[in-house]
Amino acid sequence: MIQRLLAILHARNLEFLRDRGTLLFTTLLPLLVVVGMGFVFGGPERPLFKVGVVTSRIDRNADAFLRERYVEFVPEQDETTGLAKLSHQQIDLLLSLSSPVRYWVNTDSPKGYVAERLLLAAHQDAQRQTVTGKAVRYVDWLFPGILGMNMMFSCLFGVGYVVVRYRKSGFLKRLHATPLTAFEFLSAQVLSRLLLILFVTFVLYAGISLIIGFHNAGNPLLLILIAVLAALSMVALGLTIAARFSSEELVGGLLNLLTWPMMLLSGIWFSLEGSPRWVQWIAHIFPLTHALDAARAVMLDGAGLTAIAPHLLYLAVTALAFLAFGAWSFRWRID
Amino acid sequence: MSAAILEVRDLVKQYPATTAVAGVSFSVPEGTCFGLLGPNGAGKTTTIEIMEGILPPTSGQVLYRGEPQGPRFKEEAGILFQKTALQDFLTVRQSIALFRGLYAHGLTVDEVISLCALEKLADRDSRKLSGGQQQRLLLAIALVNDPAVLFLDEPTTGLDPQARRSFWELVQSIKARRKTIILTTHYMDEAELLCDEIAIMDRGRLIAMGPPRRLLHEHFAEVMLELPRQDFTPAARALNLTVIEAAERIEISTHDLEGTLRALMAAQVPLAHLRIRPPNLEDLFLELTGSELRP
Repeated sequence: MIQRLLAILHARNLEFLRDRGTLLFTTLLPLLVVVGMGFVFGGPERPLFKVGVVTSRIDRNADAFLRERYVEFVPEQDETTGLAKLSHQQIDLLLSLSSPVRYWVNTDSPKGYVAERLLLAAHQDAQRQTVTGKAVRYVDWLFPGILGMNMMFSCLFGVGYVVVRYRKSGFLKRLHATPLTAFEFLSAQVLSRLLLILFVTFVLYAGISLIIGFHNAGNPLLLILIAVLAALSMVALGLTIAARFSSEELVGGLLNLLTWPMMLLSGIWFSLEGSPRWVQWIAHIFPLTHALDAARAVMLDGAGLTAIAPHLLYLAVTALAFLAFGAWSFRWRID
Repeated sequence: MSAAILEVRDLVKQYPATTAVAGVSFSVPEGTCFGLLGPNGAGKTTTIEIMEGILPPTSGQVLYRGEPQGPRFKEEAGILFQKTALQDFLTVRQSIALFRGLYAHGLTVDEVISLCALEKLADRDSRKLSGGQQQRLLLAIALVNDPAVLFLDEPTTGLDPQARRSFWELVQSIKARRKTIILTTHYMDEAELLCDEIAIMDRGRLIAMGPPRRLLHEHFAEVMLELPRQDFTPAARALNLTVIEAAERIEISTHDLEGTLRALMAAQVPLAHLRIRPPNLEDLFLELTGSELRP
């Protein structure tokens, strides 16, 4: 089985490396993204203005301060998550309204100072506690999103079109006449794409880090693990679409149908925090959401393996499930 | 005769609009070259693809060495499809190596290359081969596992006469290695040259089967007379002759050459363009399948 898998893997890698146009495009596009980001995010950052409230749901009528205009209130499940965000200046103030009223302010944050004045106008007797910590710039927050988005397109479209082309040309039919199994063939495709994606993602990571001066707070090995599992899951997802169809147009449409919700809902561009629960629920179906949550936790907060384990587990399970479904519904020839 | 390596039993392939194969049974003895003949659309390719195990039949079965085709069959069969695209950007040698990697046993890549006379093309991009070279590469790929049974589906369609001849020589050298070959073709000269046994198919059914010589003997008298169509007068048509009508000519099959010639002269048929020859498979094919245009 390994011998057959390696034979297909080797041939696919050769094909890819010799297809100069595609090779150039696959490496140039991310570099263009890097240059573009350097251009757009070269200037100073403006942090968001938000107050976190330790509660499960914000009731604007519960307190006079919650009726303040031009302040966005976001619910925080507990103090720990709220304080983590406060130290990154993702919120400007953290508030606990259960008596006695307490609040935390980041003394490094100019906006926190203003928010504190507003609060004290409503609650003179509120108890003050402080934290420190530099703001997480939007560009730092966006960085994992850009890597993830590039990975998603490469995973889904890269393998999807190749398999459909093989099927249309009759090459798959010829392979079917050999002892090769669908699972072996698909695994080889997944591995070939995985190697490419890891390489491109690494180049992109290094390039963007240099341009925006990013510092990774966590363990780089964890990032590699996240990248591997995320790529496996999304390549396998692409293969479920490419498993049986033989029209590039149809497969292109279906892949778009998958990528657009992921683009909007996986938290590439903006945080889903504060969006309706059902939106978050849908977002967490997508592998990309879990990959980005895990990557941000590691890169921005220095999270460890246990903290991101549920995300990794989700990516691993979906990778296997998609691959199994792809192999089960696989068609070697045009029906 | 040696035991059957492949046995086809009551094969039916039904598509929504048509019945491609309508109950076909035959067996192929080991070490023979078996030809499946028939006009376009007769069901040859459908039959051979079911035998290759890549198309499921609607009913009936194919036995390989007495058992339904399993993993062993895939290891031991070599296949050349009517149309096959190979992976882009690979050289001839790499394409062969790719397929060699998919089998547990077989010849080395170099052995296959020399067997199919591809030495000079080994490092060429497989997309830059001529039609005949391409077929030789596909044959080489079909031989990588040193197959016990080789399927060739219309292997010389579209090749020029020289490429066809060199391909036939290759197939004959493979035959000499005692391989079983299943061949579909609509070239009668190809079948006559290569096949030990033939089956003629039409509209999804077998209409004749046996060694080519025996079939010819069964269906034809000793000689064939060929005349241009315009020379075949209405008076000649009234004669009691066995006639096959081809596009430009009339063919008469007879065991009484002198009697037939006398009758033709009596009917005032000009004999200046008359040709006398032994019957061949093409005559048999036309006699069995008819020469009228198909819808």
